[in-house]
Amino acid sequence: MDALRLYGKYVEASFRSQMQYRTSFLIRALGHFITTALEFMAFAVLFERFGQIRGWTLSQMGLFYGIISVAFSIAEAGARGFDRFSDLVKAGDFDRMLLRPRFAAFQVLGQEFQLMRIGRFTQGWIVLLWAAHRLRIAWSISELVLTGSAIVGGACLFSGLFVLQATICFWTTESLEIVNCTTYGGVETAQFPLTIYKGWFRSIFIFVIPLATINYFPIHAILGLNDPIGSTRLLQWLSPLAGVAFLAVCVLFWRFGVRHYTSTGS
Amino acid sequence: VKPYLAILSSRFRMMLQYRAAAIAGVGTQVFFGIVRMMIYDAFYGSSKAVQPMSHGQVITYIWLGQAMLLLVMLDVDRDVAAMVRTGSVAYELIRPVDLYGLWFSRAFSGRAAPLIMRSIPIFVIASLFFGLGAPVSFTAAGLFLVSAIAGLALASAITTLITISVIWTVSGDGIGRLVPPLVFFCSGIGVPLPLFPDWLQRAIAILPFRGLIDTPFRIYMGHLAGGDALTALAQQGLWIVGLVLAGRMALQRGMSRLVVQGG
Repeated sequence: MDALRLYGKYVEASFRSQMQYRTSFLIRALGHFITTALEFMAFAVLFERFGQIRGWTLSQMGLFYGIISVAFSIAEAGARGFDRFSDLVKAGDFDRMLLRPRFAAFQVLGQEFQLMRIGRFTQGWIVLLWAAHRLRIAWSISELVLTGSAIVGGACLFSGLFVLQATICFWTTESLEIVNCTTYGGVETAQFPLTIYKGWFRSIFIFVIPLATINYFPIHAILGLNDPIGSTRLLQWLSPLAGVAFLAVCVLFWRFGVRHYTSTGS
Repeated sequence: VKPYLAILSSRFRMMLQYRAAAIAGVGTQVFFGIVRMMIYDAFYGSSKAVQPMSHGQVITYIWLGQAMLLLVMLDVDRDVAAMVRTGSVAYELIRPVDLYGLWFSRAFSGRAAPLIMRSIPIFVIASLFFGLGAPVSFTAAGLFLVSAIAGLALASAITTLITISVIWTVSGDGIGRLVPPLVFFCSGIGVPLPLFPDWLQRAIAILPFRGLIDTPFRIYMGHLAGGDALTALAQQGLWIVGLVLAGRMALQRGMSRLVVQGG
C-alpha cells in the first residue's frame, strides 16, 4: 500500500514536470499520434492494393494492430525509466538508488511516466474500436476480458523487454541498439497475424519473446476462429498470462544483474 | 570552396569514429528488412492481380530502403540547435564563411559518412542472401548514383531548413516531430510509392519527398527510365534549388532578428 502511494507521488511529480512545457508536450503527443496514424494509413494502402494478406482483412488486422499499440504505449510510458537506464548507469546515479530503503527496480520505474505516449495510446484505441465495429464484435463479458487481458499481458511483456534492455546495461554500460529489434521490431512484427511469417521466425515470437500470446491467440478466441497452428480455446484464453510470466522472469534476471553491478565510478 | 571541403573531410573523419554504432545499426536494419520482406512476400502471395511493381522489384526497393535509410531520417541538427539555445551561435557568425554554406555542408557530410558506412554492408548482405537485385543497366547504375547524391543534397537542404527554423522556435521540437511522419509516408520508405492509389501518387508527386529515395530506387531497377528518369532527376534538382533558396532567405531573416541568449 505504501509502495503504491509512493508510486502515485512519483507519477504526480512526473506529470507536473512534463506539464511545465505544455506546448512541447502537446506537440510531442500530436507527433506520436500522427506518426502512428500515418503508419496505419500505409497498411490501408497495402490492403487497398492487395485486398487481403493470407486471408486476413484490414479490419481483422486492425485488431492485431490496436491491441499491440495500446499495450506498447502503456509499457513505453510506464517503463521509460528502464528504457533510459544506461544514462543512470553512466552518470553513476544508480549508486544513489541502491542506498535508499526501497527496491532499486521500483525507483527506476518511478523515474519517469512519459505522458506524451498518449498519442500512440489514443491512436491504438481508435484503430481497435474501429476494427471491432467493422467486425461487428459484440462487447460481451468474454470479449472484454479477452481484450483487457491481452492488453495487460502485452504491457507486461513489453515492460519485461525494457527491464531486460536495462539489465544488459549492468554488463555493457551502453544500451544496445540491437534490443530495439525486440521492442520496436516486435511491435512491427506483431501488427500482422503471425501466420504470415516463416515458421522459424514465428517460433521466435511464440516461444522466445511470446508476443503471439498477447494478440495472435486471444484474437482467435475473440473472433471465434480456428487457429491453423492448432491452439485450443483454453490456451487462447490463458495465453496473455505468458506476458506476465515473461515480466516476472525479466525482473528475476534484473535482480541477478543488480547483484553483479559494479559502478562506473563517475 | 576550400573551407567547405575542410568541413566535409573533418566531419567525415569524426563520423568514422562511430563504428560500433554503425555495426549495431546494420544489424537492426537487416532485421527490419527481413520482417518487411516477409510481409510483402505474404501480400504478393495473396493476390493474383498484376501490380504496378513486380514482387522482385519491391524486394529490391525494400532492401535499398534499408541500406539507405539515413536518407529519410530527417532531423534537426542537434549541435546547431544547441548553439542557438546557448548563444554560441554568435561564434558561427564571426567565421569568414557563408553561414548557410557552412550549415549545409555540416548536414551533407554528417549524413554522407554514416550513410556510406551503413549502406555498403547492407547492400552486400542483401544482395547475397535476400534478393536485392543488381541495377538493370550501366546507364541505370550511373543515373542511380547521380540521383542518390541528389537525394542526399535534398535531405540536407530539408534538414538545414528545419535547423534554421530553430532560430524562431528555439526548441526545434515542433517541426522536428512533425516532419518525420510526413517523410515516412510520402518518401516511399513506408510503402513503395508505385503501390499507392493513383490519385494519392499524383498528390505525393508534387511534394519534394519522393526525390529522397523513390526516384533513385526506381531508376536503379529500371522502373523509371529514359525521359521519365530525366524528368524525375530534373524535379529533384528543382527542389534542391528551391529549398536552398528558401533556406538562405529564412536564414537572412532569422539573423536580422536573432537574439543571442546568455553571455
